[in-house]
Amino acid sequence: MRARLKAFGAFWYDFIIGDDWTVAAGIVIALIITGVVATTTTPAWWIVPAAIAVLLPLSLWRATRHA
Amino acid sequence: MGGTALFIAVFLACLVEAVEATTIVLASGTTREWRSTLMGVGCGLASLVVLVIVLGPAISVIPLAYLRVGVGGLLLVFGLQWLRKSILRASGYKALHDEAAIYATQVAAARSASKQRRGAVSDWYAFTLSFKAVLLEGLEVVFIVLTFGTNAHRVPLAAAAAVAAVVLVAGIGVVVRAPLARVPENGMKFVVGVMLTAFGAFWAVEGVGGSWPGADAALLVLAPAIAAYGLLIIVWLRRQRQSQPATDGTAGVGVTP
Repeated sequence: MRARLKAFGAFWYDFIIGDDWTVAAGIVIALIITGVVATTTTPAWWIVPAAIAVLLPLSLWRATRHA
Repeated sequence: MGGTALFIAVFLACLVEAVEATTIVLASGTTREWRSTLMGVGCGLASLVVLVIVLGPAISVIPLAYLRVGVGGLLLVFGLQWLRKSILRASGYKALHDEAAIYATQVAAARSASKQRRGAVSDWYAFTLSFKAVLLEGLEVVFIVLTFGTNAHRVPLAAAAAVAAVVLVAGIGVVVRAPLARVPENGMKFVVGVMLTAFGAFWAVEGVGGSWPGADAALLVLAPAIAAYGLLIIVWLRRQRQSQPATDGTAGVGVTP
């Protein structure tokens, strides 16, 4: 039973998070910052695109540096 | 959001998944037996329909702001996964998805497995193989159809795109009875990754209270910008790979599922 639950959790983790959890964590942080900045008069739309611009090459660099 | 963009994104995503499922179903049907294989396909499709019936109305009752944060965030993470994988394949760090090789592997495995009867299913191996293929590949399709469709209030259009892709691939599969090796899966995966990332970012930012300059028109800049950025990364990784010693460069390249 425990092994099945573990396999179930591992499936959903792989399905949603994938190979690099730092990308998902980075996106969550970027959305939190966007939400906070959006309550002020400062534009907040650029934070997520900036996070994508940093997270994607960083994740790929980590995946390929030992290849 | 343009209906055309939604249709293309869902259609391409479903096309990729349908090609992958068809390869396994064909391998099972041609080497084992068609009756159990088709029963597996039917049960897989029925499970997906139940999932849509249960999850569809559940998602639609969530308030739009929460839906956009949750679903937009998930789409964004999901899209970046697809983009990451297609960039690794395009730059040579990960092998391209080779349907012919996967078909050969599945055929070899299917031939060596013993035949076992369970209830109405005369070949349990063929049944489970095709059931798993349809359910697992279809799960991504269901996720994309529901998230895209609900956010854009166009679930029927998203579902129509998915059905069109599945019918097209299944039809070709029935006619050729061979793996669909000529489908440019990686290119399609890149395009879908770009669209999921762009729409996910757009909805998630709106969901947490941000507003885009130009409102919906921002997507017309966001999606091409992500595509251009992805292509630049591919160029950078290809150069990096070429500058590495030959023995290192071949690491990690093989047939991928």
